Amino acid sequence: MNQPIKFRLNGRPVTVDTDSDRMLLWVLRTDLDLTGTKYGCGEGVCGSCTVAVDGKATRSCQTSLASIAGKNIVTIEGLEHDGKLHPLQEAFMDHGGFQCGYCTSGMLMNAYALLQQQPHPTRDAIVQEMEGNLCRCGAHQRIIAAIQDASKKTGGAA
Amino acid sequence: MTPLDRRTFCKLLGGGIVVLVTTKPVDLFGQQRRGYPEDLNAYLRIDENGHVTLFSGKIEMGQGVHTSLAQMAAEELGVPLESMTVVMGDTDLCPWDAGTWGSLTTRMFGPAVRAAAAEARLALMNEASKKLGVARDQLVAENGVIAVAGDPSRKVTYGELAKGKQIARVVDEKAVLRSAKDFKIIGKPAKRLDAREKVTGRAKYAGDIRLPGMLYARILRPPMHGATRTSLDVSKAKAIDGVTVIEKDDLVAVLHAKPDVAAKALSLVKAEWTKPAAAFDNETVAEYFLKNAGEGDVKVSRGKAPEMEADETYRVGYVAHAPMEPHTAVAESKDGRITIWASTQSPFGTRSRVAKELGLDEKQVRVITPFLGGGFGGKSAAQQAVEAARLTQITGKPVMVAWTRGEEFFYDTFGPAAVVKIASAVDDQGKITSWGYDVYAAGDRAAEVLYDAPNARVRTFMSRGSAGANLHPFGTGPWRAPGAATNVFARESQVDVMAAAAKADPLEFRLRNTSDERARRVLKAAAEAFGWKAAPGPSGQGRGIAVGIDSGTYCALAAEVAVDKKTGAIRVKRVVAAQDMGLVINPDGAKMQMEGCITMGLGYVLSEE
Repeated sequence: MNQPIKFRLNGRPVTVDTDSDRMLLWVLRTDLDLTGTKYGCGEGVCGSCTVAVDGKATRSCQTSLASIAGKNIVTIEGLEHDGKLHPLQEAFMDHGGFQCGYCTSGMLMNAYALLQQQPHPTRDAIVQEMEGNLCRCGAHQRIIAAIQDASKKTGGAA
Repeated sequence: MTPLDRRTFCKLLGGGIVVLVTTKPVDLFGQQRRGYPEDLNAYLRIDENGHVTLFSGKIEMGQGVHTSLAQMAAEELGVPLESMTVVMGDTDLCPWDAGTWGSLTTRMFGPAVRAAAAEARLALMNEASKKLGVARDQLVAENGVIAVAGDPSRKVTYGELAKGKQIARVVDEKAVLRSAKDFKIIGKPAKRLDAREKVTGRAKYAGDIRLPGMLYARILRPPMHGATRTSLDVSKAKAIDGVTVIEKDDLVAVLHAKPDVAAKALSLVKAEWTKPAAAFDNETVAEYFLKNAGEGDVKVSRGKAPEMEADETYRVGYVAHAPMEPHTAVAESKDGRITIWASTQSPFGTRSRVAKELGLDEKQVRVITPFLGGGFGGKSAAQQAVEAARLTQITGKPVMVAWTRGEEFFYDTFGPAAVVKIASAVDDQGKITSWGYDVYAAGDRAAEVLYDAPNARVRTFMSRGSAGANLHPFGTGPWRAPGAATNVFARESQVDVMAAAAKADPLEFRLRNTSDERARRVLKAAAEAFGWKAAPGPSGQGRGIAVGIDSGTYCALAAEVAVDKKTGAIRVKRVVAAQDMGLVINPDGAKMQMEGCITMGLGYVLSEE
């Protein structure tokens, strides 16, 4: 149970020594003090807690620490490099792809994983991929526009 | 407020120039009922770096007022928007405020902010006049600099004027607000000031507050509202390393330094309950209301009272706010004071409630409101803040109470289920002659008689304070514009029924029956942008139009939908909105709100039951 778990987090190696059955969401938010990843439902249905695990969008509230051993995790805190925002972050700002901002980390991480896998997704593909990320403020149209814009600007490279 | 209090207060805000404003009508903010801070409702400070801080008891929950209030202050003060900082919802620093609800921030608090900023500009002009030896009317203030008109080399910055000063001004001279033609910031789309924080994950919500030694609490909840506990066994929860169990009166909580361990411990608490029988269910709620509502209040009465042999009954179910961020609070007890970081739309109300429930003086309680992850009216009460405060009082340690999604749905103050009965009549000219309107549980917001019926009566039942108000089995409260969704839905549906009976086009029928110019204008604007083609309803074209008024704003929506006649599945193809909302501070922010409301409305209608 208490075997320390090693993985890469936002480009850096980390070791966490805790019960490996615990969910990644809570380890990130409490043990590692990365509060950008949000709790929304704890059931894997709202997408607020999304992080990228080896480039794939993953619900961290349903992902045990044990299951990510040796993997590469990117959270919202890992998108910005040396003060330079990721094109998706720029696009969300430009398009106003948020209101309260609570779902935004999960939205961005889901979109980040999407663009890694499909550099130029169609609008339908974006809608389908983002369907599991809930936003209550109703920023949906702007989020889609932001992802399309970022996809154009980056050629999809993340 | 005594002069001494005011000085102390200004000291708390920091050095520089502080402007305190009172604007009428004071009653709107409730100060007269409250005693503190009595006469003030906006504070503004300019520090020696020329930086401007606006203090507001309002909160930011996504609606964008963090930015639009700053725009208003920056415009009147003559500083770049970027030089503004807005401190919101801190009961130690901000002016008392009733709460962020009722669509009051821009239309009621906005003018106070503008007055504060205009007064600050006047105070700075006076200082500059002394310093430059030039009469005030010879000076111009822009971009944080006051210069002599026609001689920009003779100038002084706001920062230089504020340096070493401890000037407190109360608005005593009516500073002239800038007029719309001179606006440089108001009315221009502004990127939100909270954007960068929110796209980087740095924006702090109540659940992101971390204090040394903080414990995460999970509270034992009943299986249904009104259930009574008959047994309790916490032994297994206590056996987990590091778990604290609190049992006090009705409060049973488990606490741990890790939230997920606290959750696990709670799952090991065993309790038995007796549950009351439910008075009604989804099917019988309308019947139950109609039977038990009691007397109604007559809100409108003109001409001959309509016979209420209702020809149509409209029903809506309970609707959850479901903000993405569940109710959360962190409380810390230190030096005889409790500080609470809470996701609440009502920081000052929360302070009062916590003080009352914990037997403290209000001075011993400070509420700080970080960003809210949505509210929609659902965070008007603050039960979670009381829970966190009680637990910090009992344990002596900082405590976070963060509701789970399940708790959020359980303790939500739902938009109430409601019933509307309408009896209406149309003459052979297609003019509405009679309008009888009885609304149960939704209240009278937007229940006004928009159409020109000569005979009309509007009655409300089960409104706040009436005998039938407590028929709901759980908490209810404002859900966005409270009641307006119900009342506009019922009224406009009835208008379509009447138009069909009169073999009239739904748009033309509305225009024929209302002389309200603003309503007519938004209807026409929406229809024109939509490409409305007149045809008597039901036209089979899959389109509809409606108009509503709320908080002085008029809105018309036209929608095009496709209906699968076999399955009944509805697909909304497009929605066109025309909105007349008066002075727009941030056009992009206003559009966001309109889009968001349309989206939330579609969710309500098509997928939430």
